[in-house]
Amino acid sequence: MELVRSHVLVCGGTGCTSSGSKQIIEEFETQLKNFDIDKEVKVIQTGCFGFCAMGPIVIVYPEGSFYSMVQKEDVAEIVEQHLLKGKIVTRLLYKETVEEDNVKSLNEIDFYKKQHRVALRNCGVIDPENIDEYIACDGYKALGKALTEMTPQEVIQEVKDSGLRGRGGGGFPTGVKWDFASKSVNDQKYVLCNADEGDPGAFMDRSVLEGDPHSVIEAMAIAGYAIGANQGYIYVRAEYPIAVHRLQVAIDQAREYGILGKNIFETGFDFDLEIRLGAGAFVCGEETALMTSIEGRRGEPRPRPPFPAVKGLWDKPTILNNVETYANIPVILLNGAKEFAKLGTETSKGTKVFALGGKINNTGLVEVPMGTTLREVVYEIGGGIPNGKQFKAAQTGGPSGGCIPADLIDTPIDYDSLIKIGSMMGSGGLIVMDEDTCMVDIAKFFLEFTVDESCGKCVPCRIGTKRLLELLNKITDGTGTLEDIDEMETLCNTIKSSALCGLGQTAPNPVLSTLKYFRDEYVEHVVDKKCRAGVCKALLSYKIDADKCKGCTLCARQCPVGAISGKVKEAHIIDTTKCIKCGVCESTCKFGAISK
Amino acid sequence: MKSLADLEAIRNKTVNKVGLRKENAEETRIVVGTATCGIAAGARPVMQAFVEEIQKRNLSNTFVTQTGCIGVCRLEPIVEVYAPGQEKVTYVKMTPEKAQKVVLDHVVNGKIVEEYTIGKAE
Repeated sequence: MELVRSHVLVCGGTGCTSSGSKQIIEEFETQLKNFDIDKEVKVIQTGCFGFCAMGPIVIVYPEGSFYSMVQKEDVAEIVEQHLLKGKIVTRLLYKETVEEDNVKSLNEIDFYKKQHRVALRNCGVIDPENIDEYIACDGYKALGKALTEMTPQEVIQEVKDSGLRGRGGGGFPTGVKWDFASKSVNDQKYVLCNADEGDPGAFMDRSVLEGDPHSVIEAMAIAGYAIGANQGYIYVRAEYPIAVHRLQVAIDQAREYGILGKNIFETGFDFDLEIRLGAGAFVCGEETALMTSIEGRRGEPRPRPPFPAVKGLWDKPTILNNVETYANIPVILLNGAKEFAKLGTETSKGTKVFALGGKINNTGLVEVPMGTTLREVVYEIGGGIPNGKQFKAAQTGGPSGGCIPADLIDTPIDYDSLIKIGSMMGSGGLIVMDEDTCMVDIAKFFLEFTVDESCGKCVPCRIGTKRLLELLNKITDGTGTLEDIDEMETLCNTIKSSALCGLGQTAPNPVLSTLKYFRDEYVEHVVDKKCRAGVCKALLSYKIDADKCKGCTLCARQCPVGAISGKVKEAHIIDTTKCIKCGVCESTCKFGAISK
Repeated sequence: MKSLADLEAIRNKTVNKVGLRKENAEETRIVVGTATCGIAAGARPVMQAFVEEIQKRNLSNTFVTQTGCIGVCRLEPIVEVYAPGQEKVTYVKMTPEKAQKVVLDHVVNGKIVEEYTIGKAE
């Protein structure tokens, strides 16, 4: 008999894996054997806990001790002190959980307190490679309920009533989409999952696939039943090896249990799934390009209509939903649309997962009810900006979205509020920027990305974004004119209204929204030849404050191009014609004499 | 597996294992003192007996955890039981046999085993 009294949960998400969680698991297994308690303590590799900034993370149950930044060397101590002797290793606990010797529970930490986990309900709780644990958390119960107690139309109605909208960024009502597809008459229909998460800085979908792959499989089977499809494909990036592996394991287990395949739950319903790997082209996240890619052709979009619900994969009616959208479906069917719709705002129901990144203390994955303000996410959950810097803006929606400036920080995060201020929900990347970020440079960064990723099929996107980038380069080089700024605006609007697919239509958004809120910075670059954040190299010049310089010669010795000269114990000078603005001198000066 | 009944069976079999990881007001917590004094007095076999007994009876929401020195080393092994809606009960000088009785009488049937409690021992 298995005598398990304690579970050691080690995060096996991509973040923690890259900071060494695999070695930690191995070390735990070795140490548990050393102390001869390997039979009563079980080590489980889970999906992402979300608190990536503090990784690798280890949680020990039933105590719920939250160990952060665990190193391989710490494992022996945890095993001997905590698991053998019952003494929690306070030194390694996440500091916020320890307060005057009281150990707080996980849910009381600021990072988790305001979160509400629906899509991520099982992430970091279950072993994603063990179907039994998913079933223990009510897994596949929603599928059973749909197949035995509900008609396809009732399933669609429930999803409609929940108010669930597409979590991939578009925000189209999921139930309506399903309804269209169910009404298309055809002998063959398809259910697709879009796991081609390509926004820089976004990793929500990856975390769901890594932490709870069965929830996506279950939801796709439900969708298949609702629209009358018996085949599904999950299109996932090959760059997500852990997600692909766990998904395959999950599909195999579901087949073995007869949850995928023929005659599921003896109801006569057949459904099966296959994984299709994407090579990592950003445009393949666009629905028509994704389907073209699954068909084995070059991933390029085509005009809509016809919409996929009428003519999709291999010209058959198809629905395509994002990973996070699917992860919500079992919860909706099990607890009811009403329960789901309790969270969120009038037009945006439920929760949204965000990948919090950039200049923020608690980098990681958070799930909050729709309508939570940006301030709450940045300051309460995110722990604020590092090094006491000022919040300048946040970028939502990655290269398709826009920025939210500091004075709009109290904007509630939901689909419509974000559109109103010129940004968008996007798939959930949330990049925080502080005063050291140049807004022109940020716009340039995202545009470089879309120029790179444009498939080239339509002219506005292929050539328009390229010309736009050239104008931006002129401005950051200090050779731009005020006319260029106006020209950029016109070009942006032209691309927006004429590009073929979502990639092109949204590509100018970062430029437009930074122009809207930070036009003065653009003007400053052009007129004053100045970059206030000190990012645009061409506009920088380093100088030495003669009063502060002690003549220690350190900077002169460090300068890679020999641009600094001066005698020992006398103030040095920088030859700006030679200077390549690498910033080495500034960081080596011990007296703070060098500045931009 | 094919039917919904099979699914339910798997769920029931695994639910307790995963329940260990959820925080729950309805749970019963059995805390065994396993500091040096406790271990020397035989706390480990006592703890194992609790785990085994809970497993055998397939009790849900019942967990065994450890703690450090409770302070009355002469009465070790000491075990504290926190049941929902009840005051903490402290059992002293525990043995694996007594552990089985505590699980059956106290945890399952809700009847405190008075004779093992600290009040009786003093």
